[in-house]
Amino acid sequence: MARVRLQQLEKRYGDVLAVRGVDLEVADGEFVVLVGPSGCGKSTTLRMVAGLEEITSGTLTIGDRVVNTVAPKDRDIAMVFQSYALYPHMSVRENMAFGLRMRGTPPDEIAARVAETSRILELDAYLDRKPKALSGGQRQRVAMGRAIVRRPAVFLFDEPLSNLDAKLRVQMRAEIARLHRRLSATILYVTHDQVEAMTLASRIVVMKDGEVQQIGAPLEVYERPANRFVAGFIGSPSMNFVPAQADAGRLLVGDLAFALPAPFAHARGAVTLGIRPEDVRTRANAGGMRIPARVELVEPLGAEAFVTTAIPGGASLVARVPSRELPREGETVQLSLDVERLHLFELGDNGRSLALVEQSAPKPAKNRCVND
Amino acid sequence: MTKTRAAASHTVLLFVTFVTLLPVLWVFKMALTAEQGFNMSLNPFPDHPSLDNFRVFVSHTDSTGHWIFGRQLANSLIVSITATLGGLFLAATAAYAFSRFRFPGRRAGLTAFLLTQMFPGTMMMIPLYLLLHALHLLDNLLGLVLVYTTTSLPFCVWMLKGYFDTLPRELEEAARIDGASPARIFWSIVLPLSRPALAVTALFSFMTAWNEFIIAAKFMDREEHYTLPVVLASYVGSKDVQWGYFAAGSLLVSFPVVALFFALQKHLVSGLTAGGVKG
Repeated sequence: MARVRLQQLEKRYGDVLAVRGVDLEVADGEFVVLVGPSGCGKSTTLRMVAGLEEITSGTLTIGDRVVNTVAPKDRDIAMVFQSYALYPHMSVRENMAFGLRMRGTPPDEIAARVAETSRILELDAYLDRKPKALSGGQRQRVAMGRAIVRRPAVFLFDEPLSNLDAKLRVQMRAEIARLHRRLSATILYVTHDQVEAMTLASRIVVMKDGEVQQIGAPLEVYERPANRFVAGFIGSPSMNFVPAQADAGRLLVGDLAFALPAPFAHARGAVTLGIRPEDVRTRANAGGMRIPARVELVEPLGAEAFVTTAIPGGASLVARVPSRELPREGETVQLSLDVERLHLFELGDNGRSLALVEQSAPKPAKNRCVND
Repeated sequence: MTKTRAAASHTVLLFVTFVTLLPVLWVFKMALTAEQGFNMSLNPFPDHPSLDNFRVFVSHTDSTGHWIFGRQLANSLIVSITATLGGLFLAATAAYAFSRFRFPGRRAGLTAFLLTQMFPGTMMMIPLYLLLHALHLLDNLLGLVLVYTTTSLPFCVWMLKGYFDTLPRELEEAARIDGASPARIFWSIVLPLSRPALAVTALFSFMTAWNEFIIAAKFMDREEHYTLPVVLASYVGSKDVQWGYFAAGSLLVSFPVVALFFALQKHLVSGLTAGGVKG
């Protein structure tokens, strides 16, 4: 196993800078997930680590070696592709053995390793089948087996679960988490699915437009998003955003005025107020910021429901409420927002968190916000 | 109503089939009839079936009385098989490069290949003659092999490039990470998955070389260098045509092509990459 270090990694296609100055350090045995919308450069970054894309500038280190110009096969990595990329004309056994054969591993060791890996992945019964005769989940496991059998220093996963149906995806997600514990492998994992990122990662790297927006543990990114983009991308349903004015410790939302909590006392001028749906209550007796709102839509999910409301000034707020306290559609309710869990952002889609602007000095390394 | 319809459509189909097959049946009839005349009768069956024409065709001798058919058959086989294998190797490697690598002259090369296809083959007779003359390869089987390989190459390259373009790149990327060299990827991953395209290309190259007449007739002087189409043409004289020998020879000469088609047919299947990549 080994650590991976990306220093100012960049990728340019003609005039387009697809990946801009990515800095990331993956510790030995760590599970790091790159997450972001499509086209954010996460796959390109992974493919640069794999050696499938040339690195335009910057330094890539695997273990103690700079591998910028090292061929993929000599980087001691294995990759699992979104499309599985199994060799269709080879049996499961041959698929798994191919990488070892190419490296001149003795046949009896190949047989032993394939047997061991197929046992871990419960593929023993399918070793002589062709990929065509396997289900989607089984193909995905063969793709993982092909990587595991090589015992590489670093595993790279490129959206490995995107082609599976919802149920299988949850199952395979748990399987990947178990594998990570069992192999204590260094893993770099790309996905556009923030749930996958939250559940699997030791640390999450949120990317947008080729730039890292924030790096941190899943809950840290969730609780303290560095900017409005991260706040909106992580969490489902997404964080509510309401335009507001900050002035001398007060926050104005439409005609309503509230006292701002201490961390935001310095905020001035037009800002974006952010609040997660679970921090919005529809019960009149709850404390916090009170806002009258009209219930527009109630979406029951069983244990809880999403309630979409319209507040004065035209903005809408989604609340996540327990099913037993459901309001009716059309009803007017008093929303209460938990002030302790309030976020304020500078204006714009990428507006920085004002809490971090204040606190950025003590912890710059972890919660770095690249975008200004 | 539907019965009348079915009867009508079957009548039409039977008639069309008959019209299509009649010339072929005539060839069979002439081949199996001992006389050398041309019989226009509608009856496709010979009156007195005989294998004499076949016997005469295969026991064909040269002017000194030596049996030469075997030599000429061997010429055809050697030239066609060598041109096919050589052409296939060159076309596959070139097509893979055109499909996967970006290099200066790639577009120009592909366009040039296409351009050569736009001229009729006979237009190249004189340039080819001069080239082979300079190479001292006139009246030499190697000369024919060179000509056949190069003239079928453009089509084969385009054909194979089109197929290689459809192969998922992830397979090659996976193999690269698995440690395979570019040559190994080509042999172990790309070629096995391209069997249908390789089969069609091989069949095309073989047929082109096997059936070619004009160049072989002009460039080969000595009878012992003739290929079978040239031999066949020798039964069509300026004054009379020996239809029986000619028909028997035609059937014999078409046999290897038909056999090759059936041999390659099992590779002409789609879906070889099924299961390899999703979506």
